[in-house]
Amino acid sequence: MTGILLLIPIALGLGLLGLFAFFWSLKSGQFEDLDGAGLRILIDEDEEGPQP
Amino acid sequence: MTMTKEHAPSADLPEALFSVPGMHCAGCIAKIERGLTATPGIDSARVNFTAKRVSISHDQGLTVPDLVAAIGRLGFDAQPVLDPTTLVKGEESKGLLKALAVAGFAAMNIMLLSVSVWSGAEGGTRDLFHWLSAMIALPTIAYSGRPFFRSAWMALRHGRTNMDVPISIGVILTGALSLFETIVHGPHAYFDGAVMLLFFLLGGRTLDSMMRDRAREGVASLLKHTAPGALVLDKDGRTSWVDAKDLARGMTMILATGERLAADGVILKGESRFDLSLMTGESAPVTLGVDEMVHAGTLNVDAPLEVRITAVGADTAIADIARMMEEAGQSKSRYVRIADRAARLYAPAVHTLALLSFAGWMMAGAGWHGSLLIAVAVLIITCPCALGLAVPAAQIVAAGALMKKGVLVKDGSALERLAEVDVALFDKTGTLTLGRPDPTNIDALGADDAGIALALARASRHPLSQSLRRALEERHATAADVSGLRELAGFGVEGVWLGHSVSLGRPTDGAATAAMAVELTGAGAAVLLTFEDKLRPDAATVIAQLRAAHIPSAIISGDRAAAVAPVARMLGLTAQTGMQPEDKLEAIARHTAAGAKVLMVGDGLNDGPALAAGHASLAPASASDAGQNAADAVFLGDSLMPVITCIRVARATQAIVRQNFILAIGYNAIAVPLAIAGLVTPLIAAAAMSGSSLIVVANALRLKGSAK
Repeated sequence: MTGILLLIPIALGLGLLGLFAFFWSLKSGQFEDLDGAGLRILIDEDEEGPQP
Repeated sequence: MTMTKEHAPSADLPEALFSVPGMHCAGCIAKIERGLTATPGIDSARVNFTAKRVSISHDQGLTVPDLVAAIGRLGFDAQPVLDPTTLVKGEESKGLLKALAVAGFAAMNIMLLSVSVWSGAEGGTRDLFHWLSAMIALPTIAYSGRPFFRSAWMALRHGRTNMDVPISIGVILTGALSLFETIVHGPHAYFDGAVMLLFFLLGGRTLDSMMRDRAREGVASLLKHTAPGALVLDKDGRTSWVDAKDLARGMTMILATGERLAADGVILKGESRFDLSLMTGESAPVTLGVDEMVHAGTLNVDAPLEVRITAVGADTAIADIARMMEEAGQSKSRYVRIADRAARLYAPAVHTLALLSFAGWMMAGAGWHGSLLIAVAVLIITCPCALGLAVPAAQIVAAGALMKKGVLVKDGSALERLAEVDVALFDKTGTLTLGRPDPTNIDALGADDAGIALALARASRHPLSQSLRRALEERHATAADVSGLRELAGFGVEGVWLGHSVSLGRPTDGAATAAMAVELTGAGAAVLLTFEDKLRPDAATVIAQLRAAHIPSAIISGDRAAAVAPVARMLGLTAQTGMQPEDKLEAIARHTAAGAKVLMVGDGLNDGPALAAGHASLAPASASDAGQNAADAVFLGDSLMPVITCIRVARATQAIVRQNFILAIGYNAIAVPLAIAGLVTPLIAAAAMSGSSLIVVANALRLKGSAK
């Protein structure tokens, strides 16, 4: 029984963590441009021009 | 990773949004963002590739045309997005996605607990697990159930019922009864069933909403946005750029060649030809001079003009058509979707059945607690999980298949209506034809002449020059080295090639030529290049296939009879000509009154009301903004074939939807007697529910290749 008392909160906590991570990513606009996000990895960072 | 210059503070700078349909790879993103950031006065630029848009924050000094020019220098065509409020925000999809995430989280965790109960947890452990499930399930039902509760409440308040009514009642009752079971230490709690139901249904809703957003985004990025504004001449002779919304009566606009009017007005100075094709359907440009009226949305073809504004915004002729469109569109909003039609029969049947089983078991002496438990099991098992998924799943897959073929379907009901059409009405200019002049005798040009023509045509924004340039570039002509290029307003372009003077312009013996010809003076003798508005490729095939599918077609056109006749003859269609927007509406009303379901295919502003009034409607991507907004689906490319593809896919979708309904009903026919007999445990309910959902989704996936 004690094992369950420990494990269930951990399982739920981890699930909630994932849920909040998803909400955060939705809010911070990471789902706005799904096609673009996939393409941006192909852009070379170290071309001319200042980087942020 | 927004490209921002290190020094500049990004706050308080104006933001401008541009639609750039031409970007198609990572290189384009980098080029636009880096190129714009390197432009003086631009602080940062961020590309949204999905929506094909760039948002630029810039210094006050830069105007919209400056920014368009800056994007143009990078090699992309840009259109300002004037009114960001009209953009698709995707708020609905976002809300549904959140609800789906919560329901998914809850369904997983409750299932974890339920499996332990099913596999034999007893006494205190079972109660603990039921309580944990309740703690997760009840807030989830309250949060994730809102889209259904809201829609069900709306329907009930108007004395109607829809799919969401049985869903809401089922979920709420299940939650309440399971809580009661938990309190009295009962053996069965259905929290897992209720939450899983929400999860499956939200999945369908979310996909449906995302599909609509995507199609609307696609259409929004095609819009040409009438005219963003105009160059206004003030009293002391200076010119300044004024956005369309700030234009006022009495201002004087300077209208360059190749520009669209941003407001209605009277010509003060100059004479030019106007392309009215999007307004009236007339294919040949019309010559207008001093004191004549010109309308917003028409294209100035020949020469620069000064125009005094007489009407802006809601007073323009365009706005009149928009109002007519709005009225015409109301009949469409009364259309009842197939799922809701099914629900009208389904919901009362389910509720009666649940009530009867409760009454039956009461009379059989099962006690009110046991009877209620069975009634709720009936509600859960009949809850239209498969039914709620059957329609959206099929429509999403079909819309996805069409999108790959370049057809943007705006929503699921469009597919339902497209499947029902039995008469097709076509506009001529821009719909059956391409709506742009194409050179007919370009192959007669020698290599030298072709090179000279290309060099000259590139120097002008005149529609005929642009068309000639496109045609020559398609034939891989290389531009000759022509110097001293000069555009003469109202005449054409001239330049010098190897010491000869060369020109491309209005034919010298004016009487011999109609509006659609230019004369090229190149290496040898002068050549007359003629243009015509060609039929779309496959137009004849499409009409023939429609006939084969028992859909008769006809032309309704705003153009003159003489211009329509050759097209009608070539396709073997009857035609009505010289029609005003009201006449087109009336033609549709006549067909509708005779019991026909009209498919309207059109592009122009003058087709807008007819597109809104048709039972279903299609517009090509080259259509006017109004046409694209009013149509149920927009197709890309020159070919007319998508008309057939749309109807075929829509009919295939309806067939799959019907199959899915039959599957769902069959499932109910097996499961409901079990539930009424009181044999359904939470385990059986969960298995039956997910099983039937998976089957209808799998069946819907068969539509994937339907657009081939």
